[in-house]
Amino acid sequence: MSIAIDKGRCSGCGRCRNVCPGNLLTADAQGKTEIRKPQDCWGCTSCLKECHFKAIRYFLGADIGGSGSFLYTRQEGNLLHWIIVAANGTEHIITIDKNQANAY
Amino acid sequence: MKLAAQKLETDILIIGGGTAGCFAALTIAEQANAKVLIVEKANIKRSGCLAAGVNALNAYIVPGQTPESYLEYVKNDAEGLVREDLVYSLALRLNQVTAKVEQLGLVIQKDEAGQYVARGNRNIKINGENIKPILADAVSRHDTITVLNRVNMIDYMVKDGQVIGAYGFSLDSEIFYVISAKAVICATGGAAGLYRPNNPGFSRHKMWYSPFNTGAGYAMGIRAGAEMTTFEMRFIALRCKDTIAPTGTIAQGVGAQQINSLGREYEKQYGNPKTSNRLYSTVRENQLGRGPCYLNTAGITPQQEDELFKAYLNMAPAQTLRWFEDGKGPASMPVEIEGTEPYIVGGHTASGYWIDRSRATTLPGLYAAGDVAGGSPQKYVTGCFAEGEIAALSALTYIAAVANQWPDDEAVTCKLAAINAHLEGSVGVYTIENIEEAMQKVMDVYAGGITSGYAYNSSGLKVAQGRIEQLLALARGLRAQNLSELMSLYEVLDRLGVCQVLLEHLAARRETRWHSFQENADYPDKDDHKWLKYVNSRLVDGRVQVILRDLVGRDEHYEHRD
Ligand SMILES: Cc1cc2nc3c(=O)[nH]c(=O)nc-3n(C[C@H](O)[C@H](O)[C@H](O)COP(=O)(O)OP(=O)(O)OC[C@H]3O[C@@H](n4cnc5c(N)ncnc54)[C@H](O)[C@@H]3O)c2cc1C
Repeated sequence: MSIAIDKGRCSGCGRCRNVCPGNLLTADAQGKTEIRKPQDCWGCTSCLKECHFKAIRYFLGADIGGSGSFLYTRQEGNLLHWIIVAANGTEHIITIDKNQANAY
Repeated sequence: MKLAAQKLETDILIIGGGTAGCFAALTIAEQANAKVLIVEKANIKRSGCLAAGVNALNAYIVPGQTPESYLEYVKNDAEGLVREDLVYSLALRLNQVTAKVEQLGLVIQKDEAGQYVARGNRNIKINGENIKPILADAVSRHDTITVLNRVNMIDYMVKDGQVIGAYGFSLDSEIFYVISAKAVICATGGAAGLYRPNNPGFSRHKMWYSPFNTGAGYAMGIRAGAEMTTFEMRFIALRCKDTIAPTGTIAQGVGAQQINSLGREYEKQYGNPKTSNRLYSTVRENQLGRGPCYLNTAGITPQQEDELFKAYLNMAPAQTLRWFEDGKGPASMPVEIEGTEPYIVGGHTASGYWIDRSRATTLPGLYAAGDVAGGSPQKYVTGCFAEGEIAALSALTYIAAVANQWPDDEAVTCKLAAINAHLEGSVGVYTIENIEEAMQKVMDVYAGGITSGYAYNSSGLKVAQGRIEQLLALARGLRAQNLSELMSLYEVLDRLGVCQVLLEHLAARRETRWHSFQENADYPDKDDHKWLKYVNSRLVDGRVQVILRDLVGRDEHYEHRD
């Protein structure tokens, strides 16, 4: 499990690089974000939540059941949208209100 | 590349801006004008265990329970081997720290009467996704607190046996920090990455505990001669297969029982439902050919399933994604479970610094709080807050009577030269990664990792001890080509230092007190008569010396003496 960066979308703002708890993200020659070693990612999604450009895609490695889907997030006020895109392109959105506690 | 020294001075230095560290800083800022410096290897907004968020507050005194009943539960779950004074002093503060974090903005579920909604006997329900940004925000509102992000601390500065600050280096520029403080609070969390993990390949960091908590605080303390306790009580989590996501949300949330491949519930056959037994029973069922094991989620409603999707997104998003990858959620498929590799985590078990009630370590001027501090299992988030609060108040009292001190120039020059040596010359045949992999393999095979079903014996430990010594020698000669590699290099050195101590502790406890966590195959039974004792240790002249200590009771005022 790790992240993949869509360099076409990355604005180079550096917000994701700033928060990674493992200091795994760095800038390439164009100032766009790069992950040093994809296998070092913990999967915490901190970087996704910083990205306003849908440039970071979170996926499961094939060794832990990944089969082509990916995940990104979008913030809207108190709402955090989690968008799961399946291998065939279908999207599923789960919206969580930050003011609502977990049911379990 | 070469680092150059830069000096900083503060009243209280907090190493690690995680759960306990941030809370300690807030406590100090609210009580006094003392200057606080938090030094954090990542960025306090999302660093440490709380990065992805947490699911519940696992330590809270719910109506009908008391700090006394909390202590009884923790003591019983740990087979009697806890520091009652520490657990109790922390339990007394659980509810007040909860009220404080709610005030800071954490959402806690309440019923119509305004009471927190309990999950079981000790948990309350929250939206914990943003708990870390909330803490970081609160820290930023105090101008007596300075935060130094992206600085990796590597050792304490010690003068005449007293801790007078610490050394570290920046991950962004070639700065070697020499930080003088009247008191230091260590809050670097526990140690992951010692053993070969469940997913050793591409997803090697898909582990339960934060792979970025590498035992630095333990290692710094060990090298400085601080006393450590109960490393042999490892924590091994029972988690969702592959994603290593927590299981409590399903087990407690929707009441799912553990079943084997025959569909039978097995946990009760293995005695009382203690934390270690839940794991051990699963390990045994697999060994006996009745695996895979599952949490039986049959019969949960689509609405419950939706709530589980959300709960996991709030703390372990990989699990929700996995259900989507499978095309089936927990309502139509049981959730497979497995044990993780062992971790050293003082917030779950009792491993860590040997401290007194004020959270002072055996080194004057040094306090410890959170997962790095020993003696007090089942602290969780709120226990780490409580311990941060206690350590902060003690450090404040301590600094009233001490002045800042600096190490001799020679000591600084020597330390700087040692770091710079890692940045000079060419990289040899052994890489940092190779050493880490070798360490994890040795620990896995010879010191009770996943491969050996968590059991170990003295013959295996001897092999491991020899290999870890060798790897330490190799690691001391490693080279780094940039600052990020330099951090990895120190991480592997720290982990090896922790392994060294862990191996001695595993060897010293000649019984089996906690199945799987500490499964000594040479002594398969629990022996209360001889072993209701703490196994402690100290590094003396490069050798780990074991010290056995008697139990400390709830109302005792334990003081460090010898
Ligand atoms: C995945 C997961 C889920 C959990 N879920 C829950 C839950 O739902 N409920 C609950 O109550 N508890 C939960 N816990 C337990 C709880 O989160 C921890 O016990 C607690 O957060 C630990 O706090 P800490 O301050 O000791 O460590 P952390 O919060 O991890 O802080 C340690 C800090 O030290 C920094 N650091 C480390 N080394 C260095 C160094 N050399 N130099 C500078 N900085 C350094 C780290 O980057 C980190 O920021 C969970 C733990 C994990 C790992």
